[in-house]
Amino acid sequence: MNLPSSQEIIEDMAFFDDWEQRYQYIIDLGKSIPPIDESLKTNENLVRGCQSNVWLVSTERDGKLQFQADSDAVIVNGLLALVIAVFNDKTMAKILDFDINGYFKALDLERHITPTRGNGLQAIVAKIQAIAKTKM
Amino acid sequence: MNTSNSVLNINEIRNQFPILHQQIEGHPLVYLDNAATTQKPQAVIQAITDFYTQCNANVHRGAHHLSDEATRRYEKARDTVANFIHAHDRKEVIWTSGTTEGINIIANGMAQRLQSVDEVLVTEMEHHANLVTWQQACLRSGATLKIAPIHDDGTLDTEAFAALLSQKTKMVALPHVSNALGTVNPVKELTALSKEQGALVLIDGAQSIAHGNVNVSDIGCDFYVFSGHKLFGPTGIGVLWGKEEVLQDWPVWQTGGEMIATVTYESATWGELPNRLEAGTPNIAGAIALAAAIDWFTSLNLSAVQAHEQALMASALEQAQAFEGLTIIGNAANKMGVLSFILQGCHPADIGFLLDRQGIAIRTGDHCAQPLMRRLNLPGTARASFSVYNTLEEVDALFIALKKVQNMLA
Repeated sequence: MNLPSSQEIIEDMAFFDDWEQRYQYIIDLGKSIPPIDESLKTNENLVRGCQSNVWLVSTERDGKLQFQADSDAVIVNGLLALVIAVFNDKTMAKILDFDINGYFKALDLERHITPTRGNGLQAIVAKIQAIAKTKM
Repeated sequence: MNTSNSVLNINEIRNQFPILHQQIEGHPLVYLDNAATTQKPQAVIQAITDFYTQCNANVHRGAHHLSDEATRRYEKARDTVANFIHAHDRKEVIWTSGTTEGINIIANGMAQRLQSVDEVLVTEMEHHANLVTWQQACLRSGATLKIAPIHDDGTLDTEAFAALLSQKTKMVALPHVSNALGTVNPVKELTALSKEQGALVLIDGAQSIAHGNVNVSDIGCDFYVFSGHKLFGPTGIGVLWGKEEVLQDWPVWQTGGEMIATVTYESATWGELPNRLEAGTPNIAGAIALAAAIDWFTSLNLSAVQAHEQALMASALEQAQAFEGLTIIGNAANKMGVLSFILQGCHPADIGFLLDRQGIAIRTGDHCAQPLMRRLNLPGTARASFSVYNTLEEVDALFIALKKVQNMLA
């Protein structure tokens, strides 16, 4: 299935006026994210620093990076969908250039991108950026 | 004032905790993470302020008035702790940074004494602080670490525990109350069994100390450790209590100032208890504030405190049992402070997050007890933990919010 684009996400999220609707949207996104293959759930693909297990897999095609991610916690899965929406199928330069903090601010989800938060979203973004850097 | 017959006025108690009176995400804060740390009453906050505004100075170096006053309050705090836990002597109270350091002092000393034929016995319900320390002491000394199993309901298998004890057992370390399950262990009986084999016994009191009467003399153990911050005191201060005859020649932990008798360039000799195990400038304000916390706590009617906490637990258990899809983790008949649970189809991290959005603070995860979670075949649990300032209405609020969580994640 196709996940919404970052622009669609921002427009969808702007439509909601309470936290329940917003997080219901994230939960539904999290449920719709295709699970990654069990064989890819390796220690190597595990992102450290998360309260739940998060796996991140990347592939490279035509100078662009594709990402798959999976978590056993559904809200984290939804947040992963938000992150992948902006980074998927982008060049390394575009990935490194993207203002992820601004994006989360626009979504009113800044809380998730702070280093103090236990969901490890920052660790995931850092890993994506590190992958982009090494592939440059 | 004689309070022995009075019941607790929870509102009055709550009013002494400034932090409780705030809104989180537009909801009144419901703080149910007391097993992680308790909140601090005004008396404790004031004791810290008073120390720094009235008599801050280093202790035991009394060339001036401030140092005398700081030393007086600091050593009086030691008396307060000694009385609180029914120590035989104030010398037996060693200040530490917390439970973890207390266990490390003993494990480090044991590592120097253990032989490769010796055994150390812990339980399957240990917090990492009382597991990794002994595991490492055994790795260093070549001794063997034995693990006493639990039953599926989260109680200790006392028969298996007894069967694992032998003349080879030199050390037994176990929790008074499990941080992940709330199970209360029969520490007096387990201590007696262990002493029959000649083992030293350490009780991890981190989760028991804030719930009523701890009597180290009655338990009969050699060491009892706890943290101040779980007893309404500040972080960074804790207590290692040990029997004088055991502690007096215990291998020193850190070396430096305060703990010595004489020093030359070639050698040093160690001071007497308690100083020999307290190198360097101590956490003076912390010790004084911990004593203020104990004074505050013991000013309450402790049997009324226990009755109130039992009522909170009874209500939580009743609502948990009636909650569809909820499984209580840890079903010991004797349980204290902690309700651990899982919700079918819901990851604990999601539960914790969505409760937080409703102003309810709990803990989720493995509770620093990864081997226990593996034993129970769980990725983790959600844990609500109660303290004296919690109300029955807050327990209700937890389950109302949990219903919403379940609906959102369904």
